[in-house]
Amino acid sequence: MAKKEWPLWEVFIRNKQGLSHKHVGSLRAADAEMAVENARDVYTRRSEGVSIWVVESNHIHASHPADADALFEPAHSKVYRHPTFYDVPDGIEHM
Amino acid sequence: MEERNVEELERRFQEKIDNDIRIEPNDWMPDRYRETLIRQISQHAHSEIVGMLPEGNWITRAPNLRRKAVLLAKVQDEAGHGLYLYSATETLGADREETIDDLHSGKAKYSSIFNYPTLTWADMGAIGWLVDGAAIMNQVPLCRCSYGPYARAMVRICKEESFHQRQGFEIMTQLAQGTPQQKEMAQDALNRFWWPALMMFGPSDGDSKHTQQSMRWKIKRHTNDELRQQFVDVTVPQAELIGLTIPDEDLKWNEELGHYDFGPINWDEFWNVVAGNGPCNKDRIDTRRRAKEEGEWVREAANAYAEKRRMKKAS
Ligand SMILES: [Fe+2]
Ligand SMILES: [Fe+2]
Repeated sequence: MAKKEWPLWEVFIRNKQGLSHKHVGSLRAADAEMAVENARDVYTRRSEGVSIWVVESNHIHASHPADADALFEPAHSKVYRHPTFYDVPDGIEHM
Repeated sequence: MEERNVEELERRFQEKIDNDIRIEPNDWMPDRYRETLIRQISQHAHSEIVGMLPEGNWITRAPNLRRKAVLLAKVQDEAGHGLYLYSATETLGADREETIDDLHSGKAKYSSIFNYPTLTWADMGAIGWLVDGAAIMNQVPLCRCSYGPYARAMVRICKEESFHQRQGFEIMTQLAQGTPQQKEMAQDALNRFWWPALMMFGPSDGDSKHTQQSMRWKIKRHTNDELRQQFVDVTVPQAELIGLTIPDEDLKWNEELGHYDFGPINWDEFWNVVAGNGPCNKDRIDTRRRAKEEGEWVREAANAYAEKRRMKKAS
């Protein structure tokens, strides 16, 4: 008999109002509603959350580690994007 | 892949490890690193799950409502720990159901401590204090393990563990300060759990076949004997404080080394329990197997309910 395994869900929790949801782990559940309920039981037992997102794991598209150099190298040479690149003359505050 | 290529990949992998750069699920890793992690993390997950059984034995017989609520919360935490860890094995490509079936067939191991019976309420104290205490000693360094998902799971677990140890020590303290019979019960639990707790750190360094490679890969940060010694050193004064006696005639403070010397561990007993011949091995596995079989209808019902909900939304 082919058993249907529950799909895998990634769980994101908002710790408190004003903060973004952060990935905390994963779990299996038959559907999204049950995934939220399970996430409540597993990841917020000590009041770690005020809001839960669940995303089916196979809906997440990720960059590939092997492409990391090509993807992120261009930013490394653009130091002028950081405020510390600029000299601010003495006597100038609040800039 | 060409051999030179693999060598180069392995060199770069080890370089990352040496520089304390964490390895994440999609990164290249040597097969043996992956296999070692799957074995270790799934064993760890099984231990959390089987570890619920000795304590589950006392939930309905806890001496009062507070103790019952606490024990229930602790056992529920252990279920969560099992889940975090099974999830970590899945990031390595392990199939969760297969992993669990390996436990049920006896192919996979779990911590041998859970093959000892819990005979009295004091055992709940001894387990929290000693078994969770030893687990914490093992697990804190794992928070810096080279594999990201395992390390992150361990951070969560360690945060939750310290209440486990405290509630156990509280039980022991109260019994030790109670009637003579209660104190005797606490002492008896300590007598039975002390040596198995020391065995939890695994074989002596000379006999531990995985230690060296695991340390090179930074899966492990301390040897079994180092952690065992650390456990003895912090636990002995705790026993003294509550007036209980560690069941070891050779135990004494070594001024020169700044450590406690302790007596020889009965490794025959350890290997015998690992081989499946402990007092409760069969019972534990039977219980787990039954749980899976008898829970099958629940998983099917959840699928059916999810399907029904999907249909309703679609219409
Ligand atoms: Fe645990
Ligand atoms: Fe625990």
